Amino acid sequence: MINHLPILQVVIPLLVAPLCVLFRSPRLVWSIAALTCWIILVIAGVLLHEVLSNGVISYEIGGWAAPWGIEYRLDEANTLVLLIVSGIAAVVTSYARLSVEHEIAEDTIPLFYSAWMLCITGLLGITATGDAFNVFVFLEISSLSTYAMIAMGKDRRALTASFQYLVMGTIGATFILIGIGLMYMMTGTLNMADLAQRLPAVSDTRTIRAAAAFLTVGLSLKIALLPLHLWLPNAYAYAPSAATALLAATATKVALYVALRFMFTVQGVDFTFGQMRLDLILLPLSVVALLAMSMVAIFQTNVKRLLAYSSVAQIGYMTLGISMASATGLTGSILHIFNHALMKGGLFLALGAIMYRVGSVELDKLAGIAKRMPWTMAAFVAGGLSLIGVPTSVGFISKWYLILAALEKGWWPVVMLIVFTSLLAVIYIWRVIEVAYFHAATDENSGIKEAPLSLLLPTWLLIGASYYFGIDSSLSTSTAKLAVLRLWGGGL
Amino acid sequence: MTSSLPPGLILIAAACLLPLLRGRLRDALVVAAPLLCLLVVWLVPDGSNLSLPFLEYELQPLDSSRAGRLFATVFSVMAFAGGVFALRQSSTTELAAAYAYAGSAIGVTFAGDLISVFIFWELMALGSTAVLWAAGSRASYRASMRYLMVHLFGGVVLMIGIVAHIHATSSIAFQAMQPDSIGTWLMLIGFLINAGAPPLSAWIADAYPEASPGGMVFLSAFTTKTAVYTLLVGFPGAEILVYVGLYMMMYGIIYALLENDMRRILAYSIVNQVGFMVAGIGIGTEMALNGAAGHAFAHIIYKALLLMSAGSVLYMTGKRKCTDLGGLFQSMPITALCGIVGALAISSFPFTSGFVTKSMIGQAAADQHLALVWFIITAASAGVFLHAGIKFPWFVFFQKDSGLRPDDPPWNMRIAMWLFTFLCIAIGVYPQPLYALLPFPVNYQPYTGAHLVAQFQLLLFAGLAFFVMLPQMKRTLTLSLDFDWFYRRFGAILLREFTGKTSDARNDLERRARARLKRLIANLFRHHGPQGALSRSWPTGSMVLWIAILLGAYLIFYYI
Repeated sequence: MINHLPILQVVIPLLVAPLCVLFRSPRLVWSIAALTCWIILVIAGVLLHEVLSNGVISYEIGGWAAPWGIEYRLDEANTLVLLIVSGIAAVVTSYARLSVEHEIAEDTIPLFYSAWMLCITGLLGITATGDAFNVFVFLEISSLSTYAMIAMGKDRRALTASFQYLVMGTIGATFILIGIGLMYMMTGTLNMADLAQRLPAVSDTRTIRAAAAFLTVGLSLKIALLPLHLWLPNAYAYAPSAATALLAATATKVALYVALRFMFTVQGVDFTFGQMRLDLILLPLSVVALLAMSMVAIFQTNVKRLLAYSSVAQIGYMTLGISMASATGLTGSILHIFNHALMKGGLFLALGAIMYRVGSVELDKLAGIAKRMPWTMAAFVAGGLSLIGVPTSVGFISKWYLILAALEKGWWPVVMLIVFTSLLAVIYIWRVIEVAYFHAATDENSGIKEAPLSLLLPTWLLIGASYYFGIDSSLSTSTAKLAVLRLWGGGL
Repeated sequence: MTSSLPPGLILIAAACLLPLLRGRLRDALVVAAPLLCLLVVWLVPDGSNLSLPFLEYELQPLDSSRAGRLFATVFSVMAFAGGVFALRQSSTTELAAAYAYAGSAIGVTFAGDLISVFIFWELMALGSTAVLWAAGSRASYRASMRYLMVHLFGGVVLMIGIVAHIHATSSIAFQAMQPDSIGTWLMLIGFLINAGAPPLSAWIADAYPEASPGGMVFLSAFTTKTAVYTLLVGFPGAEILVYVGLYMMMYGIIYALLENDMRRILAYSIVNQVGFMVAGIGIGTEMALNGAAGHAFAHIIYKALLLMSAGSVLYMTGKRKCTDLGGLFQSMPITALCGIVGALAISSFPFTSGFVTKSMIGQAAADQHLALVWFIITAASAGVFLHAGIKFPWFVFFQKDSGLRPDDPPWNMRIAMWLFTFLCIAIGVYPQPLYALLPFPVNYQPYTGAHLVAQFQLLLFAGLAFFVMLPQMKRTLTLSLDFDWFYRRFGAILLREFTGKTSDARNDLERRARARLKRLIANLFRHHGPQGALSRSWPTGSMVLWIAILLGAYLIFYYI
């Protein structure tokens, strides 16, 4: 049993997805989904423990030996991501019941949870697999279910947002497939570890260079790296609140993990940063993403969109760390993947609670809301402080490593940039706080009550985690460092 | 138990509990928490008592030293007296914020490493901003925003400095440094911003007077003195601090003399007094450092006393301008008496606390044969007597009869004032216990014949000057003073024509600057706003175009 955990992790939610459609009762479906997510969180915990104590786990599906059969390969890097995905999934699913009942028509709720479980399956599968083609398959599973979830949003614009994401996402996935296909053409293998061994011999060919270009663009789309982020703000803003929280905290993170896996493990550091000089492209894009998207966030009037743009900016931090092509920078990136998932997840859950009570997250509808919903807004403030990077929060840890990495390189302007964009974060978070705390409540808002406990508890669980891991960061930092070693060493 | 509990956390915990309590329990907690904190401050053994792993470092958040304990003691006493003073008059939110703020300041004094310093430093900025918010007025809200901006900026500078320093030395220990690298310079600047050093001195007089009567008592004590503490530990003997300190002394005096709002007078005098300490740290001998530390101790007490006195007046009358006040000694004798004792102490009148501490800084300058420094310190001492020693009590409690007949403030405010009045005199008459607390062994006797004579002379002539120049002093009071006063008033006397032109030029410049700023924001908004190119929803086709462009770019880039 215990040997099969790597595959159970992915198969359990996959099997639960059709079950969700069979049981028609929303409550029952939700209970099953939540229970499943907690189970896979436990599995992820066990796997991480296993990996940290015994090293890499290699699981051969159906007993077919590695380069020919499909291999699931768990090391520190992807087990950490598995933990993030399943942890966020468990918390957000527990949260989802009321929020989903409020925002989605009753007869489509089972379909929503079915898509929900498929999305989680896809994300976990992408992360766990050691097979390049398998990545594409799971990517499609998660993407298709995501399009469906976004389209279920109450706002009519959700449909166009979903359609745009569908077009963009499909192009992205196709590019990734083309990239993988080109590599398969040159090496005859799809196993990542095998690819890593065979690629150096053919790395100087046009095919592999083209493969790299297709992969980079395809993954940039999925990561929402500027200027390919255009699908993201609308998708996040109009999706159901729970779906936004799940996607914001996991989807781009998983895509970034895939990018790291291809850059470091499959193609190797020498190819990516030595031959292709990806760092030269990532650096300016990250800088522009950080500056422009933070400013855009400042001017938003819809808080969900505001946070969505903030996410695009924060992704800039992650790619900035990668572009430094140093161990410290990469540690900062991986830590920020983990940390940003916690705080953005928490923030979007707080917004979901506001949506539940107020029915809107337009800034002018939130006047004086803090008096009516003190705990929800307190969670938002705490999450916001974390996003800004106040010490004892996780945001501080990520920034610490990123600044340290920039100093190692002697990149003073980048240090200033990291700090300056934190101040921009102060401004956009402040705009919400000012309206919620210091503006007089409107008449419409006078009857609003605090959000129910079933929404508050998961919200505070994530916010609490974003401070717990800010104070005792040993788990996240040590795992991130081991992950960096693993990625740098070629994953073998 | 007590040996591994940072005392500052007691106050922070109390701050978290306060909003949950009502009535007697709340009052009891307000009074008990600082006393408990004081007790724990003294139970912590010397050296580092607690080590917490953080990232790859070991934090030392409970590192007790002589200097740290001195500051922690006066901070706890201050929190106690402030808590009693504000017991009934301040909202629970304000008291909670003030205790969190005080607790963070105490946290800094026990921090043995730079990361702990920074953590408590930022908490302090948040706590003090919350104290300002709690005043609840529109003006205090705006002031708090400006205040927060200055402190966030200072915190950011400090953080970069710390990271750069740790990167360069791979040590996080908070110990004596010299400003000789980018990291240490940035740290020094970060500390100095909180101390109210130029060019960002204005935040003190801008923000503090907008706080509530009780709030300002708290604010006056912690931020600047914590900065003094960090400078004392981190940069003793850094020469630049001498000049910074001298500048602050003069800045504080000049602006305080021109000011009309009684609490703004006292706020400017904080800059002036911190200037003495900063200069002392810059001199850097044992005597000077003792003087700076001791002066910080005495200063917190008499400044709080002055502000309690001013706060009582504000609380009872609702007026804050010197021109609206006067003649209050008849109906507020206790407030007047306490205010006068505070005023004497700040002017280093013999047998008050200021006399036994500030004179050590002057003595240290003399010992080092820093003639210019000594002269300025002496001149500034006379200036202190002018602006704070006489001006504040004279215009508020005596001068003309304003017709106001308020009573003395409620009992808890009186108790707090009596306590600090007692301390001001007790330390002045019997300074040995304070001397025993100072970081280095003290070999100094303030009460010599020559010193007493010199000090009396100085005060006498300064006092004489005040009353001789009283008409001038008064005339300035009839104007509401702002920067424009300089060019309008002086300019009018010099050359009316010229004034008009400079004024036009200034207005013109200002208008242009405003227009430019507006254009900049409008520009940002055009590109970044909801309908801007960077944030509007794009048609799918153009999104795809972007992909094609990017793919092409990558392909080209990868081939070359």
